[in-house]
Amino acid sequence: MASTIRIRAVSSGDTTEVQALVQHPMDSGFVKDAQGNLIPPHYIQVVEFEHAGKAVFTAYWGPAVSKDPYIKFSFKGAQKGDDLTVSWVDNKGATDSLVGKIQ
Amino acid sequence: MDNNNSSRETSERSGPTRRVIVQGAIAGSLAGLGLAGVAPLSRARAAADASKWPKDAFAQKTEADAIKALYAGKMPEASDKVNLDAPEIAENGAVVPISVSTTLPDVTSIAILVSENPFPLAANYPIQPGTSPMVANRLKMAKTSKVIALVASGDKVFSASKEVKVTVGGCGG
Repeated sequence: MASTIRIRAVSSGDTTEVQALVQHPMDSGFVKDAQGNLIPPHYIQVVEFEHAGKAVFTAYWGPAVSKDPYIKFSFKGAQKGDDLTVSWVDNKGATDSLVGKIQ
Repeated sequence: MDNNNSSRETSERSGPTRRVIVQGAIAGSLAGLGLAGVAPLSRARAAADASKWPKDAFAQKTEADAIKALYAGKMPEASDKVNLDAPEIAENGAVVPISVSTTLPDVTSIAILVSENPFPLAANYPIQPGTSPMVANRLKMAKTSKVIALVASGDKVFSASKEVKVTVGGCGG
């Protein structure tokens, strides 16, 4: 199955700018389905970005983060061609991860 | 062969129930063989660790309680060095682009709160040394509300806020 994660990391000089998109419903627990039943909460809680075995960025998310979440940040100390690992875990314990190359 | 295919299709159409039953059966048979210690559904080990998720802060129903849970009672000071970028009017409350950056030194975390949401804390980003104190994301907003950016810098907490008008809420049906 295709990964739920898409990542774009571009290094310019010292700084690497990272943009990532994750496919996830991010159900808040307050929305009703067509039958009027509440859709139970289902959302990503933690996203971790790792470079060279070190966490460079962590996101703690609540149900208020939009569906198919987007995140952008930047960090220092990486070079073109380095690996950047992304992983997430949701409130039901599901996980996914992806290794991206810094461009 | 045909039989096999059609049964696979059926299982997909009937959703998770059948799969759960099958997995349960596998787990049961493993346990029967004395392999209960081997998790039948173990996945590749991921770095994201749900146990570090600040459950308390996310569970608070008011802005003040969420801030208290996040910063152990420290009160945020308004600061013009915290830059909160959010739209004046969000046409769609389900997707409101919000970004926070700051020129403050020694930033250890950035948090974003939406006051009128059922759970005001929307996201919290611990900032590692070497990571720029800037983050952009998209949040859901139930209705018109104040959005607060909180930046922990050194041993203090600084904030900036902005009123965002929402024409279509993102948390209702």
